[in-house]
Amino acid sequence: MKDATVLQINNISVVYSDVIQVLKGVSLSVEKHRIVSLLGSNGAGKTTTLKAISGLLHPENGKVTEGSIIYDGVPVQNSSPEEITRLGIIQVLEGRQPFKYLTIEENLRVGTAIRWTKPYKRDLEMVYHYFPSLVKRRKTLAGYCSGGELQMLVMGRALMAHPKLLLLDEPSLGLAPLVVKEIFRIIARINEEQGTTIILVEQNANMALQIAHYGYVMENGKIVMEGISSELRENPDVKEFYLGVGAGGVSRSYRDVKSYKRRKRWL
Amino acid sequence: MDFFFHLLINGLSIGLLYGLSAMGFVMIFKSSSVLNFAHGELMAIGAFLFLVLVSWAHVPIPVAFLITLVGSFVIGFAVERVFLRPLIGEHLIFVIMLTVGLASMFKGLLLFIFGGNLYIYPDFLPSSLGITINTLVIPPVYVASSMTGIIFLVLFGLFFKFSSQGIFMRSVADNQTASLSLGVHVRRVFALSWAIAALVAAMSGIVLGIINGTNVHEITSIGLKVFPVVILGGLDSIGGAIIGGIIIGLLETFTAGYISPALRDVIPYIILVFILLIKPYGLFGLVEIERV
Ligand SMILES: Nc1ncnc2c1ncn2[C@@H]1O[C@H](COP(=O)(O)OP(=O)(O)OP(=O)(O)O)[C@@H](O)[C@H]1O
Ligand SMILES: [Mg+2]
Repeated sequence: MKDATVLQINNISVVYSDVIQVLKGVSLSVEKHRIVSLLGSNGAGKTTTLKAISGLLHPENGKVTEGSIIYDGVPVQNSSPEEITRLGIIQVLEGRQPFKYLTIEENLRVGTAIRWTKPYKRDLEMVYHYFPSLVKRRKTLAGYCSGGELQMLVMGRALMAHPKLLLLDEPSLGLAPLVVKEIFRIIARINEEQGTTIILVEQNANMALQIAHYGYVMENGKIVMEGISSELRENPDVKEFYLGVGAGGVSRSYRDVKSYKRRKRWL
Repeated sequence: MDFFFHLLINGLSIGLLYGLSAMGFVMIFKSSSVLNFAHGELMAIGAFLFLVLVSWAHVPIPVAFLITLVGSFVIGFAVERVFLRPLIGEHLIFVIMLTVGLASMFKGLLLFIFGGNLYIYPDFLPSSLGITINTLVIPPVYVASSMTGIIFLVLFGLFFKFSSQGIFMRSVADNQTASLSLGVHVRRVFALSWAIAALVAAMSGIVLGIINGTNVHEITSIGLKVFPVVILGGLDSIGGAIIGGIIIGLLETFTAGYISPALRDVIPYIILVFILLIKPYGLFGLVEIERV
């Protein structure tokens, strides 16, 4: 099974602006064709981890100062996003960032940037197949679309690039429960039908662990727990902090218990 | 009445040229937020390149035109690569100051080579290009100028709307991080926007040269008109730049025709100030789409 690993992160540290250390020795590995979920509370360093992989730390003045990121046998830490996207790693940014003044279809066409000389009609059809609700909005400016449509748009846009490794940053953020369900169903389908390896960053641990095969939990720039999704779902800590189910079956707010409990058991 | 139409046509054709050259300025601004103070110098470089080819090297006009097109494109590209790229990521004010420096450097070079003299292109426009409607005569040069303006504006309109590179350029202007995340070569987009800016500046430089003759001081000062044009149109709107160009062109010619040629360069600014009092973001300044 060793050679099925497509992405190997070894003990990386990430520093912003030369002084702000955010990741402190993160290691994780991702197997081919799998969905791996990365959970953790606000500010844990999930987005930073994804940006370290995709090269998007660059424009934010961040850097991988230690450790290595090996994708398909090639070290990619601190490579530029232009190079990394051409290896097949595409990140879907947190908070849905459409090109507001481009139509839906033009947005999708930007997804072909890494192979823009090739025809793209078939890819458009493939995206509309996964996200049928985008079809009738094709000519609408993205700035006027709803949150759910935008999430589908940014995911579809990434699919246009034929990603081998797709990095999804909080796709459920701020969406209605039904839409969230729909989005996760499509993520699972993409993984299954296209064979796309996916790293899924989520606050919604419940949904994420339902479709992911494996999961990691981050706190304060470190991985504090990992395991197969089904095991993580049963883990009392995860249950309590991320699934919102207290020990006695009463749901408790994360904030109440977070500080002392987390330190005691995870660090 | 003929006088009115005469002014109208002059104003429109000059305005189209202002609009065309302002389009290049706006493109650089939209993609990289850089205000290019060397805009007039880019126009002058185009005009003088054409002059050298036509008057000194005696290259046939269509060939000279093509070489100037390609040459100015390459110059724009090179300027970005050599001078601006090292400053990507630095504070914007440094980059803008750099363009001020570039402006002096180019102007100095041009003055060194050509001096402050006025050069006239050989008269190559066929007189059949002129249009006569009843008593109204439109001289060939204004027909040529309008045609150049319209052809290039349509070409670039199509380029931005339909071509992949055009769409990538708009995506960078819209959201740079998202473009990067999809593998858009953002630095190439910057270079391309400089190249296109230099190209359209050169085109308007040539045509203005045909109308007024070429003189380093004259053309670079016309280049400064790009500022009222884009401020009027809204800094970030290409369509606005074109309409802004036409309005300034009309204002100028009508002022010169009906009031006094001496006020030509003043009245448009006064009107500009009043328009900006009413619409501070310019006529077509982007109204941020709020809903996300
Ligand atoms: N560009 C930056 N410069 C400096 N610090 C940053 C930068 N980006 C993020 N940080 C800091 O790094 C830490 C981790 O941020 P990150 O965005 O990776 O967290 P996250 O796990 O994605 O959180 P969330 O769930 O809120 O999205 C935070 O404390 C944040 O303030
Ligand atoms: Mg985040």
